[in-house]
Amino acid sequence: MDKRLERILPRVQKPARYVGGEYNAVMKDRAAVDTRFAFCFPDTYEIGMSNLGYRILYGVLNEMPGVWCERVFAPWTDMEEELREHQIPLYALESGDPVGAFDIIAFSIGYEMAYTAMLNMLDLSGIPIRSEDRPGLTPLVIAGGTAMYNAEPVADFIDLALIGEGEELLPEVVELYRRAKREDWDKPRFLRAAAQIQGVYVPSLYEVTYQPDGTIQSITPLDGAPEKVYKRVVHDMDKSYYPAKTIVPSTEIVHDRVTLEVFRGCIRGCRFCQAGYVYRPVRCRGKNQLVQYGEEAIRDSGYQEMTLSSLSTSDYPELVELCDDLAPFCGQNHVNLSLPSLRADNFSMELMQRLQKGRKAGLTFAPEAGTQRLRDAINKNVTEEDLTETLKTAFSGGWNAVKLYFMLGLPTETDEDVLGIAEMAKHAVHTWREHASNKNRGLRITVSTSWFVPKPFTAFQWEGQISREEYERRVKLLRGAMTAKAVTYNWHDGDTSFLEAVLARGDRRLGRVLEEAFRRGAKLDAWSDCFDLNRWMEAFQVCGLDPEFYACRQRGKEEVLPWSMISCYVSSSYLWKQRELAYQSMPTPDCRTQCSGCGASIVEGGECYRG
Amino acid sequence: MGKLRLIFVKEGRAVYISHLDLLRTFQRVFLRQGLVLRHSQGFHPHPMISFALPLPVGQASDCEILDFEVTEEREGAGLTEALNGFMPEGIRAVDCYVPVHPVRDLAAIHCKVDFIYDNGFSDNIAEKIQNLLLGDSLVIQKRTKRKAMADVDIRPLLYSLQILEESTTLHLDAVVSAQNPGMNPALLAVAVGTHLPELAPDFIRVRRVGLLDTEGRPFR
Repeated sequence: MDKRLERILPRVQKPARYVGGEYNAVMKDRAAVDTRFAFCFPDTYEIGMSNLGYRILYGVLNEMPGVWCERVFAPWTDMEEELREHQIPLYALESGDPVGAFDIIAFSIGYEMAYTAMLNMLDLSGIPIRSEDRPGLTPLVIAGGTAMYNAEPVADFIDLALIGEGEELLPEVVELYRRAKREDWDKPRFLRAAAQIQGVYVPSLYEVTYQPDGTIQSITPLDGAPEKVYKRVVHDMDKSYYPAKTIVPSTEIVHDRVTLEVFRGCIRGCRFCQAGYVYRPVRCRGKNQLVQYGEEAIRDSGYQEMTLSSLSTSDYPELVELCDDLAPFCGQNHVNLSLPSLRADNFSMELMQRLQKGRKAGLTFAPEAGTQRLRDAINKNVTEEDLTETLKTAFSGGWNAVKLYFMLGLPTETDEDVLGIAEMAKHAVHTWREHASNKNRGLRITVSTSWFVPKPFTAFQWEGQISREEYERRVKLLRGAMTAKAVTYNWHDGDTSFLEAVLARGDRRLGRVLEEAFRRGAKLDAWSDCFDLNRWMEAFQVCGLDPEFYACRQRGKEEVLPWSMISCYVSSSYLWKQRELAYQSMPTPDCRTQCSGCGASIVEGGECYRG
Repeated sequence: MGKLRLIFVKEGRAVYISHLDLLRTFQRVFLRQGLVLRHSQGFHPHPMISFALPLPVGQASDCEILDFEVTEEREGAGLTEALNGFMPEGIRAVDCYVPVHPVRDLAAIHCKVDFIYDNGFSDNIAEKIQNLLLGDSLVIQKRTKRKAMADVDIRPLLYSLQILEESTTLHLDAVVSAQNPGMNPALLAVAVGTHLPELAPDFIRVRRVGLLDTEGRPFR
């Protein structure tokens, strides 16, 4: 280990997250590899190591002979100070080698608040943050992840973005890079060639012009780059890589357990949900394979907890059978099986009851909106009766803590909808009084609201976020209506949601703002203890840009959106139609009930749901 | 029930694994190997597994003791190799046997403490430090459990000490009390920092090399 590192580690919190060496960490011989890949996660070790996608790609890349993929995470503030003070560049956990010496530096960016962490990690590595200041082929800075569906705010910094799922795409890009390195291509030549791979978006190959009012006039592809970059998807989940043998951290992480991904995509089509649209179509993994992977992963890791994961796990067609098949193995090996992201319907509740042994932890549901009208508008097809029935079962089964999540500021929301949230909470208290099996334990209902952030590639991508004053008024209104003693009301701090709304639908002019905010100290914006909106407001001012233009402005149907050159196959006209249905409070049936023609079925040859 | 004692080395990157994390790590190592631990019989059963003397984060050891119980009577033979295939880097089992002596017989820790001076040191430094550490008393400030600072004399907990000079490093070879109360060997540097601040090292490395029983014989 680096002697300088040895000196600083005793002084930082949780040093185990900075040293690597965990069980199943992949070690390779430097002399036997030609491509060094630094896989950076712009958040802490505990968050990054909890990300299944990150583990999948780590496994996929390390299966490539000649390629060594290593992990890099954002240091916490105390570690960052030490690194900077002792001039130790950011290093990869496996080899301890400085990130600046790697060939490819890749970022997995799940959401917008991670942008400054990316800049900070590049800076800590001694790498120029702007793409134009890195003229050579090496190091190549790339990024993927859900946030990259609109990569424009980071267009100045990354050399290319990967759109969609990376299992096949990332190895193709790495192979092209290896060829470029062997044949001594320059960077422009490599980027031009990379742009021909489906799913690769090279920001520098698109010219953007603006109208006097600040909206985009045109986006022009250059040098043969495609007019539209279509996302990549894994077609057959049964053939796709699953990390059954994966790193077991030696220190506790957020999701410290085996995660089985049962399907990708979601049949529901909630109109606010970006994941629900961009991960279409739904692709399931076979039940028997899941059982096999689950057993393999438990045996290899020594974990005693397993969770089924997807965007809406109760929609897995053979969920009951899967749980039944896993049950004997889990029972024998004292493995606890859990099911997050369940819907508030009775079927899920019965399943929960069967799985839950011993301690009954709290239940969490996300009705998202307080009235049926608004739930229809956002296409969250959960009814009040569903929730009441579920709570009945839960309370009579011995649960006594329930969390309910909502959003404020959804399009078409009225005061009646806001007050409906309080009504639902009251209703829940009432249901508990009538059905609780043991009232002595008391009841805890936690209602949490967040400030709705419109995202690209959703039916609400044209909507303005409600103003801060209006958001605060609605919070206050709801607070006043929350009278029941058993109900605790938490509301999300507005600063982060406002900035998220700016960055989510930002254009590439925001690059300057990002850089300015970073220079002013923004680096772990996803953490409220590190986030400061003032830095950002100053940065907007210095750059002469108005954040409200991005967050609060209602876009017209014809406006050229900054992410128009990207496609997740769901057509813009479909999204607009969904928006119109929202304004009529008309729900759309789920994909399994009826195909509503979003466009994603083309991925699966015109028929994306069978069975 | 099969009680077993595992002796293992903890070094390199593994020195940063905390006590609690190490407990979790070993539970998983046993499960990977297919070894079933006996669990307590309470409402929340926990595995019967315990470390004799928790090792401070950042220190290495050649002789860590882990006592555990398995569901079937068995010998320790062969288990070291079997477990070593499932360890994180830096942890290595070296011995495993059915324990005879209880952990309370563990009296002293033999350790090596390296004082590192980036800019070298003056003559007689070893002598000066030896005189300080082996004086009549050695009082340092220690944080008590109530978070207040208190004066503690650690001299009675230091059983023997030899110091060897080598280029920029002082090699301290010490035997300190293991428990009731035990002494963290790193406190030797704290003591020097307190009483001879000009001789305080820039960095120290600590490694446990052996465990002794009440008679001063190797503890098993």
